[in-house]
Amino acid sequence: MTRYSAFGLLTKALGGHAGWSRAWRDPEPRPAYDVIIIGGGGHGLASAYYLAKEHGITNVAVLEKGPIGLGNTGRNTTIVRSNYLMPENNHFYEWSLKLWEGLEQDLNFNVMMSQRGVLNLFHSDAQKHAAARRGNSMRLIGVDAELLDRDGVRAMAPMLDFDNARFPVMGGLLQRRGGTARHDAVAWGFARAADRLGVDIIQHCEVTGIRREGGRVTGVETTRGPIAAGKIGMAVAGNTSRVAAMAGLRLPIESHVLQAFVTEGLKPLVDTVVTFGAGHFYISQSDKGGLVFGGDLDGYNSYAQRGTLQMVEHVFAAGVAMMPCLSRLRVLRQWGGVMDMTMDGSPLICRTPVEGLYLNGGWCYGGFKATPGSGWCFAHTIANDAPHRLNAAMTIERFRDGHLMDERGAGPWPWAQ
Amino acid sequence: MHLIDCPWCGPRDEAEFTYRGDATVARPAADGGIDAFYDYVYTRANPRGWHTEWWHHSGGCRQFVKVVRHTMTHAIAATGKASDTLPVPVEQAPAERVPGA
Repeated sequence: MTRYSAFGLLTKALGGHAGWSRAWRDPEPRPAYDVIIIGGGGHGLASAYYLAKEHGITNVAVLEKGPIGLGNTGRNTTIVRSNYLMPENNHFYEWSLKLWEGLEQDLNFNVMMSQRGVLNLFHSDAQKHAAARRGNSMRLIGVDAELLDRDGVRAMAPMLDFDNARFPVMGGLLQRRGGTARHDAVAWGFARAADRLGVDIIQHCEVTGIRREGGRVTGVETTRGPIAAGKIGMAVAGNTSRVAAMAGLRLPIESHVLQAFVTEGLKPLVDTVVTFGAGHFYISQSDKGGLVFGGDLDGYNSYAQRGTLQMVEHVFAAGVAMMPCLSRLRVLRQWGGVMDMTMDGSPLICRTPVEGLYLNGGWCYGGFKATPGSGWCFAHTIANDAPHRLNAAMTIERFRDGHLMDERGAGPWPWAQ
Repeated sequence: MHLIDCPWCGPRDEAEFTYRGDATVARPAADGGIDAFYDYVYTRANPRGWHTEWWHHSGGCRQFVKVVRHTMTHAIAATGKASDTLPVPVEQAPAERVPGA
């Protein structure tokens, strides 16, 4: 498979773009692999890529029930950041952001990584103190964070309603290295790069059972026949409970639906990522010009990839309170994605009580930005049968043992995380 | 949108309710031990299918309503009082069956 380059693009363009070869193979599943990754989203593909690249394990299959990248990888608001308070989260997401920063060169694929900044607004003294504390926590471990005053925010985002009677903008916490990336390209880039290293990406192959012998996995049942493997990694956020149930596991996860929206295309209006501090609302502008935004979960258990109008109204109300000019826009598209909501709002990358079975899930709202870091840590965990220090705290046992990673401190209510 | 039949008020819009989660978990005895409390507080079956759950009629009569609702179709099969035992329908379509369950 040839490397992509500007010269290659030019020559192919002169040839009428007729000479492109497919980006990854479409292999038949073999009877056995060293490692099977269940789930061909960003996390599963990244895991397979780093298994091959960092650990030399290339006899790997990624099994995906449909086409790759059509689950939550294609349903998020594409925000990338590492502005967390808790050290366990902060170190992990910062490593992920560093991988993002070199991802295009590493994968030889344009993922349209745009470090346009992520700006979290605050509207009260209490929120300002919380933002300063989080910013300090970030700077203590070397992550960039700036506390902007009102004028600093106005210079970056003049379209906000600074003098909202109830929620005037007092300032914001800015991470300049944060931004957005093209979500589909992330799946395609990892798929192509993993395929080049020998990984089999098998689409339209749904796992229907997990084979075990004496407390250890031996393979999977699929819609295309049984496949043997000594190690199996699950990367199926949204459906983690269902796949884990095939191995007899019951997890601290509920599936909830989260909606997102895109407006008609506009000239450049929002050239950063802005989040509202007085309601749950986050917005950025895609390169095509549409404003991409989202808000809260619908708030009840659901596997349906759609939400209710009540939440549409709630999200729009928050958006218009922050940016009144939104009220004149038409929304072109709306969709829902199914989130693995854990009981503390933080993810799981760990071994499981079943030997040879590994878990990557519980991403709540935050899976997209974690994609490279999650794959990197999951590959390390699978290859060494032990976690890396970056994901050592992301265990199932933390709930039983009282070591929660409760970034928001919202209690054991998955819909409140 | 869900239309939830409150046993006290009749059919009401979802917007009047606050979701309160899985109604099948039961609090263990005080001396039940750490594992029993772990299961009670944290682990959930999280089915793709019929789910028995609590909806608090917070914007109405403020009673807790038990609801049997499908997490894929959002259909509601039954509602009742907190003390009611509600029948859970058997899945019909194979596509809706939870594999391995």
